Amino acid sequence: MMGEGNLISELLQARRARRMQPHLMRDPGNVIEVEHLTKRFGDFTAVDDISFEVRRGEIFGFLGANGAGKTTAMKMLTGLSFPTSGSGHVAGFDIWKQSEQIKRHIGYMSQKFALYGDLTVKDNMELFAGIYGVPKNEVSARIDNLLGRLSMSDEKNAPVKDLPQGWKQKLAFSVSIIHRPEIVFLDEPTGGVDPAARRQFWELIYEAVDEGITAFVTTHYMDEAEYCNRISMMVDGRIDALDSPSALKQRYGAASVAEVFDILARGAKRAE
Amino acid sequence: MKEFFAFVRKEFLHIFRDRRTLLVLIGLPTMLIVLFGFAISTEIRNVNIGLYSQDDDIAVARLMEKIDQSEYFTYIGEYGSEEDVDMAMRRGEIDAALMFGPDFAASLYSDAGADISVVADATNPNNASMEVMYLTGIVADYFRDDVEEAVAVRMLASMSGDESGESVPTAMPGTVGPQLRMLYNPQLKSSYNFVPGIMGLILLLICALMTSVSIVREKETGSMEVLLVSPIKPINIVLAKMIPYFVISCAVLVNILLLTIFVLKVPVAGSFFWMILVSVIYIILSLGIGMLVSSLVKTQIIATLICGMIFLVPVMMFSGMLYPIESMPVALQWFAQTIPAKWFIEAIRKIMIEGVPVRYVTKEILIMTGMAVVIFAAAVIKFKDRLD
Repeated sequence: MMGEGNLISELLQARRARRMQPHLMRDPGNVIEVEHLTKRFGDFTAVDDISFEVRRGEIFGFLGANGAGKTTAMKMLTGLSFPTSGSGHVAGFDIWKQSEQIKRHIGYMSQKFALYGDLTVKDNMELFAGIYGVPKNEVSARIDNLLGRLSMSDEKNAPVKDLPQGWKQKLAFSVSIIHRPEIVFLDEPTGGVDPAARRQFWELIYEAVDEGITAFVTTHYMDEAEYCNRISMMVDGRIDALDSPSALKQRYGAASVAEVFDILARGAKRAE
Repeated sequence: MKEFFAFVRKEFLHIFRDRRTLLVLIGLPTMLIVLFGFAISTEIRNVNIGLYSQDDDIAVARLMEKIDQSEYFTYIGEYGSEEDVDMAMRRGEIDAALMFGPDFAASLYSDAGADISVVADATNPNNASMEVMYLTGIVADYFRDDVEEAVAVRMLASMSGDESGESVPTAMPGTVGPQLRMLYNPQLKSSYNFVPGIMGLILLLICALMTSVSIVREKETGSMEVLLVSPIKPINIVLAKMIPYFVISCAVLVNILLLTIFVLKVPVAGSFFWMILVSVIYIILSLGIGMLVSSLVKTQIIATLICGMIFLVPVMMFSGMLYPIESMPVALQWFAQTIPAKWFIEAIRKIMIEGVPVRYVTKEILIMTGMAVVIFAAAVIKFKDRLD
């Protein structure tokens, strides 16, 4: 009887271990792999059979007009909603079965939200360190490290609402990578920020990428798209182009990414 | 669990950083208790009273003196005619008047009896009926004490609007003398009635309103999006929000009870333990209402309006706090049964004021528990729907 019980528990443990184990990517150099991903709402196909990969350590620009399906695609990648069909892996985890694991291994920052204004810089950092399960003995070291990098050590105990917008955004980004995720999703991170602050913000992204974090960025600013290693352009729920900015410019005979975007967006049927 | 506590900590920080709101949460109940306990009272005081007597009479003069001495009435003066009394009432000089028939003193001893009319300005019907009641009491007392021969005094009491209406006989002192005893609240203190009501109101305000606004704020500012992408489970976000308000509600509850016992001097007649338990059930029920509201609406303003208009106003009107449910039309009586605060207030009244053992409030406890279960289930289902 004892033996049998052990066998069952061993089986259960093995199953649990298998479930926890990341599914292997086709290519270990990829951090996102998506195949034939589709999302329909009734008759409306928001995301129409997209397939792409994001390589570890790159800055991936995810461009598209409003309503092209960027947000819907991002929601499926960040474990917020399930696709209608297709498959995908993020940070080695299946978007169908392991959304909880995905959430632990990604960071997320949106333009709309720049932390809790009534809490101090330190409170915000401690909160997200806690939510993402950063080990307790590392929390204060990481906070000091981030504050030092932002040269904001003096503002540690200031309420976030008193900081200038550009600082808030930089702070929000730092907080979104406080748990050292494999990939950070940035949803229009530089909205409403002046050009100088935007440049500083991109420096932060580069620093993070140097440490091995992959950045997945959506943006409206076409000049920012030039900073990306590779960009994809979504039109009407499909990815119409995906390559490095220079290769795209060459292919479409355009002087800038903005021009490429205009050429592609001209064929769009969905209204903005 | 770790992420849960990180989140709970954040909720406490929100509340403690917002000193003003915290002050309102703690200060408002204190203010309400003191207001309802002392300033607002259903007892009448300083009622101005006039007199119309058709002839000079020592009995009338002594009666008026006695009325003037009571803490409720102030004798203003004598008027020459019924019309003068009416005019004085319209001018606002007097709130009530006594009118004596001709040959009052003489007819006291006759078989037909003597006539007194009690006239009150019934533009405020509650006050008018209280005034008439008190006056009748004083008059009856006077004649019982002073007129040794128990002559039947026919008393006519009438209430009127601005015009003095027809007289309605109300009591025949001397014939039957009922012994009145007010049980559970012998001094007729209005705080006995208001304290359970205020508890029902304040706890609902803190739990439902504050929780729903605080959850909806996360949606409005966009932080909910960030939280949903994080590993913390959505249901934990909501539960973490309830904990601080649960703690504050308990603190407010203790505060109200201390004020009630030591400042208003309303004793807790029944079991302290069961009173706290009933309150905790009500607090949980209110938190559920807050969660349900937050899962239905998108903006803080709507959440505030819903909690204010759909929950607070009915609590005032239909919980039996201000108006007795029994005297409402049947449809509204049925509606009143669906108000959680009604059951809470009833249960608290029974335990706190009447001091009955808990088995007499089983019905209220069961109904509140049932409501809590239903509301929480609805909120969780609705909350999950919303996420997808």
